[in-house]
Amino acid sequence: MFSRKLFGALAGVTVAALSATGALAQAKDKIKVGFIYVGPVGDHGWSYQHDQGRQAIEKAFPGKVTTTFVESVPEADSERAIEQLARTGHDLIFTTSFGFMEPTLKVAKKYPNIKFEHATGFKRAPNLSTYAAKFHEGRYIIGQIAGKMTKSNTIGYVGAFPIPEVIAGINAFYLGAQSVNPNVKIKIVFANTWYDPAKEGDAAKALLDQGVDMLAQHTDSPAPIQAAEARGKFGFGQASDMERFAPKAQLTAIVDNWNDYYVARAKAVLDGTWKSEDTWGGINAHMVVMSPYKNMPDDVKKLAQDTEAAIKAGTLNPFKCPVVGQDGKEIECKGNGALSDEQVLGMNFYVKGIEDKIPQ
Amino acid sequence: MRFELMPRTTVSPVARALASVVAFITAFLIAGFVIWLMGRSPVAAFDVYVLQPLSDPWALQELLVKATPLILIAIGLSYCFRASLWNIGAEGQYVMGAVLGSWLALKTHGTDAGIWVLPLMMLLGIIGGALYGLIPAFLKTRFGVNEILTSLMLVYVAQLTLDYLARGPWRDPKGFNFPQSVTFDPAATLPPIMEAGRVHYGFLFALVAVAVTSVILGRTLFGYRLKLTGDAPRAARFAGFNSKATVMAVFAISGGLAGLAGIAEVSGQIGQIQPSISPGYGFTAITVAFLGRLNPIGILIAALVVALTFIGGESAQILLKLPLDLTQAFQGILLLCVLAADALVSYRIRLVTRGGAK
Repeated sequence: MFSRKLFGALAGVTVAALSATGALAQAKDKIKVGFIYVGPVGDHGWSYQHDQGRQAIEKAFPGKVTTTFVESVPEADSERAIEQLARTGHDLIFTTSFGFMEPTLKVAKKYPNIKFEHATGFKRAPNLSTYAAKFHEGRYIIGQIAGKMTKSNTIGYVGAFPIPEVIAGINAFYLGAQSVNPNVKIKIVFANTWYDPAKEGDAAKALLDQGVDMLAQHTDSPAPIQAAEARGKFGFGQASDMERFAPKAQLTAIVDNWNDYYVARAKAVLDGTWKSEDTWGGINAHMVVMSPYKNMPDDVKKLAQDTEAAIKAGTLNPFKCPVVGQDGKEIECKGNGALSDEQVLGMNFYVKGIEDKIPQ
Repeated sequence: MRFELMPRTTVSPVARALASVVAFITAFLIAGFVIWLMGRSPVAAFDVYVLQPLSDPWALQELLVKATPLILIAIGLSYCFRASLWNIGAEGQYVMGAVLGSWLALKTHGTDAGIWVLPLMMLLGIIGGALYGLIPAFLKTRFGVNEILTSLMLVYVAQLTLDYLARGPWRDPKGFNFPQSVTFDPAATLPPIMEAGRVHYGFLFALVAVAVTSVILGRTLFGYRLKLTGDAPRAARFAGFNSKATVMAVFAISGGLAGLAGIAEVSGQIGQIQPSISPGYGFTAITVAFLGRLNPIGILIAALVVALTFIGGESAQILLKLPLDLTQAFQGILLLCVLAADALVSYRIRLVTRGGAK
């Protein structure tokens, strides 16, 4: 399976405080599953994909599982929304943004018999699992495509916030590009939002104005790729397949596929086998899916497919050592031939060749 | 042919009070109609939105938690708005209060600092908000800069400052580089009023603010001065009231209360510094202040009503699968109805036909 234990010690701290009831398993005939989304379900990106997962649960267990969601929940005010789900008979609750971490932990402690799942966080409890996806694997592939396809030798990246997940994505993207085009340059703009089509679009236009002809994005709306389409440049879909928003510009999209995971977790609650764990799956686990490669020459397509296959087979790791930092020094290799999971999850440096500085 | 609003010469207090009731009923009828159009039961929606939260002790508590920052900020804003000074930047003052207060919480983190930490945090919160509120006041009195623009733009400065602190100097070194501070020590956490409840002492601050403001506005020269400065600035000047001092004072009060709301929310509710500490309380409070007609008791009630729409809105999403947009639309309808009712009490509509006599 694709699950792995991370930060075991940290989980242990929170475990100690809780009673054992959370771990008691019992099969159930009917369950209710609740979701907390940080954005609107119609963002066509992050929250939209989680909602696809919710619908997959409904389809997988007709008559046995009912689902609920609360959308656009502000992170600073999420504890009540999570508790509302807990109080209205939900057996399994997914909170799908990093900012929900502390509130989820608080509510989980109050309701030890309810199972909680928090996306992209690192605090666990006997009734609180965490899960995330290795999007950086997909970003390495699109980096290679961008490195091959660029004519101006300048590729762009619209980031949301300078947090480790986004930084790791930028590095993977650039390492991918560098692997096929050593002279490629990257320009980065942080939009300081996960979802704000106007701001994202402006960030994209600013990059295109600077001569960028390949645009990657780590924000959730289709606005950046639409900007690329309008200028006759190329881009990559984020979170969901954005081809219908940019049929000429989208080369491929890194699709978040939560469906399999959500169905498996709902089934575990039904069967009474649910356990608190940490899941970090990538292309191999089908959590990260590349949408069809389009609008590119056959040799680039072949390259992308080969890289995807190599990552899937485990023979290629985007962060294989040596990884060199901006200052030209090698990053200490704490994993097995590649950076360790902890190093990737807490990444706060750019690799050599990126000329920007991480905003602090 | 056109419509004209004619001021009414006399308005009975009963009509004014009834207007609010009529406004609420109208808002519910419009919302009910929309819900009916969506093929849902308006009765069930009313039950989920209003009756259930009001009959459930847990939801009532949440109501108070949600209303606390709204009351504090809106009370502060009422000072400005009464004097016709448009402080749109309460959100920024809220953030700056939270920042200054949290500085002490983080400074004393991990030490065995005593019970003086909390009161001092609250005081710093007030000072932070007040100083930040004084910037647009100073710019207005000294250079005549429009306070709407400056106070609003300072919101972004405050938010970016908070953002910088959460990502930079105040980041939890053990937090895997995620942008949030350590969680506050118990000594820096505003305790709940009741054991195991969620209503923290911030709510008491809010009640005190309501009571004190009632007295100030109703029974002091300062309160009278505010009203006069707003209604008849020239008359106020002739009466020897210093309008510059008034501008500074109301912005300081307004900012101070917003700052208190900020630090109370961070210390009592969130428990750490993170890039976002407000779902827009500073802006929602503007609505609350006007829904409450700038009257302290009115603001208290309005804050509870607005809090109710938030909590009811979440229940409606969960229990009835009604979309969030409906809740936001309902908040808008409610504000429109209250303002329209207010206008209709003070004015009457006249139909003027072309060339028609008055």
